[in-house]
Amino acid sequence: MNSPLLDVRNLQTAFDTEKGRVVAVDDISFTVARGKTLGIVGESGCGKSVTALSITRLLPQPMGNILGGEISFEGQDLAQATESQLRAVRGARIGMIFQEPMTALNPVHRIGRQLSECFLLHQDISKAEAWDRSIELLQKVGIPSAEVRIGEYPHQLSGGMRQRVVIAMALACKPSLVIADEPTTALDVTIQAQILELMKSLQEEMGMSIILITHDLGVIAETCDDVVVMYAGRVAEKGSVQDIFERPAHLYTKGLLDSIPRIDHPPKTPLQTIPGFVPGLHELPTGARFAPRSPHPDAKAYMNSEAYRSVRPSLVEIGPGHWVEDCPVVRVDQMPAHT
Amino acid sequence: MNSEPQSANGDGPPLMELRDLQMFFPVKGGVLQRTQAQLKAVNGVSLSIRKGETLGLVGESGCGKSTLGKCAVRLLRPTGGQVLFEGNDISSLSRKALKPYRRDIQMIFQDPAESLNPRHSIGSLLEEPFLVHGNRDAADRNRRVLKLLDIVGLPASAIEKFPFEFSGGQRQRIGIARAIALNPKLVICDEPVSALDVSVQSQILNLLMNLQEEFNLSYIFIAHDLAVVKHISDRVAIMYLGKIVELGPTEEIFRNPLHAYTRALISAIPVPRPGQRRERILLKGDVPSPIDPPEGCAFARRSWIPCEPEELDKPGEFREVSPGHWVELHPATVEDYASYQR
Repeated sequence: MNSPLLDVRNLQTAFDTEKGRVVAVDDISFTVARGKTLGIVGESGCGKSVTALSITRLLPQPMGNILGGEISFEGQDLAQATESQLRAVRGARIGMIFQEPMTALNPVHRIGRQLSECFLLHQDISKAEAWDRSIELLQKVGIPSAEVRIGEYPHQLSGGMRQRVVIAMALACKPSLVIADEPTTALDVTIQAQILELMKSLQEEMGMSIILITHDLGVIAETCDDVVVMYAGRVAEKGSVQDIFERPAHLYTKGLLDSIPRIDHPPKTPLQTIPGFVPGLHELPTGARFAPRSPHPDAKAYMNSEAYRSVRPSLVEIGPGHWVEDCPVVRVDQMPAHT
Repeated sequence: MNSEPQSANGDGPPLMELRDLQMFFPVKGGVLQRTQAQLKAVNGVSLSIRKGETLGLVGESGCGKSTLGKCAVRLLRPTGGQVLFEGNDISSLSRKALKPYRRDIQMIFQDPAESLNPRHSIGSLLEEPFLVHGNRDAADRNRRVLKLLDIVGLPASAIEKFPFEFSGGQRQRIGIARAIALNPKLVICDEPVSALDVSVQSQILNLLMNLQEEFNLSYIFIAHDLAVVKHISDRVAIMYLGKIVELGPTEEIFRNPLHAYTRALISAIPVPRPGQRRERILLKGDVPSPIDPPEGCAFARRSWIPCEPEELDKPGEFREVSPGHWVELHPATVEDYASYQR
């Protein structure tokens, strides 16, 4: 039996704010297969980063809390793990890459010290050995003259180089899972291409699984095997990358795909849009959250119904591994055909 | 000379023309804060913008595209070259002398949250341009503000509200309303959609295209997202380290990119279509610093097209290779360099 590396079930994460409790991640489930890349895509405020922080239990304290659900990783439920158990997992079994490398690196320590710390914390080796391994690692992530760079401070490196250092740190202890939260968003396209290429080749070599969180559908299409589309704290749709891009089943997914300008579109033509805007996390309905922006003719009627106020749509499997929110007004296949 | 990339092609005089524009910033250091070097943000750019067209300006961070935009609206006073607006050189005009031009040349910024004063209501934000330009009739100003809100697709009730009460996309609509308030002829859009969510980005792009048609606006559209630039632009200029390296009609640039940098940029765009993997050109290293940039062709050392070592310092030559299509010619920037030598 090939069990998934990570199995997140019914995860619910909330923040206690001045205006009351806000459920940022509302009962979501997904799995990450071994050696594969799962993409989590969605717009700002959809809960994708909170999902990542929940898995590693790095939610801001004391406001952020996991209210329920399981995060089973290598036979351990991270949702219930103690702080010392978590410390043994973070950085060792799960590596993390964040959007802005400058905030992930300590500006007052040399690259070498930060890198060898990963080894010293999790492995029983000497400082000299850790230093040598750090150099090796820097070479592996494509940093030229690594012996020199290792003695430099983060500000002496370019954005792309810094992100390579962060990747090296994430991979130092050969984790089985790497969580990358918008790893290339702050980078230029040509550097982004370098970094994505690097992550792909390291994955082939080391066999780790990756959770890639991004708002960029192009990045998802090129790097992921499976995709979770999130909207307003919930999973709108999930499936293989082919399912999502070739057979989108949720009107939100379809709207997203249709609204991006593509390099092969005729220029100066109107783009498809999704009317309205991403809802705030306060005052979200129980029913399908995309309904107010849905082009479905029955969307208005649904929003006036009792179901919108009190019935939470479940996910339904419409193809092998392809799940979509089970509510007619947000489903592509429930749209009346144009005459 | 690397200048005059404008061929006359019967469209009448350009609305704006940049001639060998330079914007250098002094880099100070040491105890005495002496100028130690020059940061050459814009290093000899010649471009023109025609009436009613969108000129896309693409490049990576630090290439000088935003600085160029700020010189064009004259938020910065260029250190060299000329900015001609309808034939008049505005590059060194004083604040006072510039005022009539301020109506005609406007700017839309990347982050509407930062470009709108949080303490002012939308009504007073939108009224300000009229006040500054001497409209003393309160009822008329109010009428115009309401019209603006309608044009950019915001409800009249917005007038009483404050910027924080709006989403990013709506705030950008307010930024656009302010920019078009005085019926400008040219609007410089500096990354107007890059801070927005995907689903909202297309709304704003559509709005910009509609406004252009309705008011015959010209845009300089500055962005790093090639797909967006391709969608909205009539012509595209690719900028690298303070210089334009390729310029031409949008379709032509994307169908037949000639410069090695343009080709690398286009190949680096992730395509939202799984399984379709194109040949990707990976560039070596990072963009060099614009502080004392290389004298010759700035891109030669990063290029994937090999050239002889002694040719590395040779300057490139910016030339029109087919009607309207300009490219920096250098052994390391174009394939088959010899064929361009007549």
